[in-house]
Amino acid sequence: MLDRFRDKDLVQAALAEIHKITTRPWAIMEICGGQTHAIMQYGLNDLLPKQIELIHGPGCPVCVTSLELVDKAIAIASRENVIFTSYGDMLRVPGSQQDLFSVKAAGGDVRVVYSAIEAVRIAEQNPDKEVVFFGIGFETTAPANAVSVVKARKQGIRNYSMLVSHVCVPPAMHAILGSPNNRVQGFLAAGHVCAVMGYEDYEPIAQQYGVPMAVTGFEPLDLTLGILDTVRMLEKGEVKVVNAYSRAVTREGNRIAQQIIADVFEPCDRQWRGIGLIPMSGWKLRTDYVDYDAELKFQVQDIQTKESEVCISGLILQGLKKPNQCPAFGTLCTPQNPLGATMVSSEGACSAYYRYARDA
Amino acid sequence: MCLGIPGKIIEITTQEGTRMGKVDFNGVELEVCLEATPEANLGDYVIVHAGFAISALSEAEAKETLDLLAQIESLQEESES
Repeated sequence: MLDRFRDKDLVQAALAEIHKITTRPWAIMEICGGQTHAIMQYGLNDLLPKQIELIHGPGCPVCVTSLELVDKAIAIASRENVIFTSYGDMLRVPGSQQDLFSVKAAGGDVRVVYSAIEAVRIAEQNPDKEVVFFGIGFETTAPANAVSVVKARKQGIRNYSMLVSHVCVPPAMHAILGSPNNRVQGFLAAGHVCAVMGYEDYEPIAQQYGVPMAVTGFEPLDLTLGILDTVRMLEKGEVKVVNAYSRAVTREGNRIAQQIIADVFEPCDRQWRGIGLIPMSGWKLRTDYVDYDAELKFQVQDIQTKESEVCISGLILQGLKKPNQCPAFGTLCTPQNPLGATMVSSEGACSAYYRYARDA
Repeated sequence: MCLGIPGKIIEITTQEGTRMGKVDFNGVELEVCLEATPEANLGDYVIVHAGFAISALSEAEAKETLDLLAQIESLQEESES
């Protein structure tokens, strides 16, 4: 049955309905970078009515991890006696001087892992080394990352720590909708973030800014249905949060996963690369778990951050510019030689345009 | 890492008090923490992020979504004919 969410005829039926009901221009943001990629990959952008503009949001954790934290990661990974572990996408993200990949090339022990639990296992097998995991992500990876810290403590593993760069969606929505430059009239709420957190928190945001939202999945049909629901509400002037991804999401979310997160993390202010500080938009380790905080374990001082002067990834992350409006896009800046994180990540908008819509 | 994809549970175990299991993603088998999806059984589909199952897919809800779409389709056919 899951295959049917990729069925071309069903997608076309939903697209035809969107064409039928659209009477005016609407700007809809998909906040999640995974959805940006799926939209570009399936060419949905070109199949929608001309009046519908999809604005790509900042939902790419690799892209928004602050330059300061990337530089700290590079400094920690460069130390002797450290095994630095990370999701693969982070290795090519440009720091001020270099990236994690060049630390590895210079002989540093930098390893790609699929999950934080794998990093704990590496710590267990290398008791004479310090194993650090780069804990980035939105609400989706928070349970996995939290579990690793709980597991390390349970097993008495002391040589494991996490460099935490967790970010949360609702404060970013406030930042986008509250900006004087905002053009977003409707939201596709990221399905998997909502699978964890539910969507109760989105309802007051929708009301405050008068912006309807549809909780949306990742298959072509899910995306089309999410857009259909949003356009339907916009055309009727309704402001609601509807669930277009009910096979994976409930209104209250996954309470067990939420509890795991709350046991380990607490809210904090967080710098977003290209956007700036968003109050209470991140998670850090609770005081109870400070022994596992890599920022405290490795006092990294004298970080002088320096961004590329050409890269406009900040404007792209805020939905103010499209990747192909950047003079460096596809010329100076490519996935092989990225100037900004949005060109690196499999969730970054620039990388999606480069892969699927270079000639658009 | 954010691209959670559905996989099918093919093994459920308990490791040091934690509900774990093996999940098959189109032929690739990975170890997954099933602690937050106690309702998911062998053969069920779960959405996994970074080795952690965040949601068990509901077949009944999937069917309902497809049924709603079928209504749209039949309405379109009526209006075209």
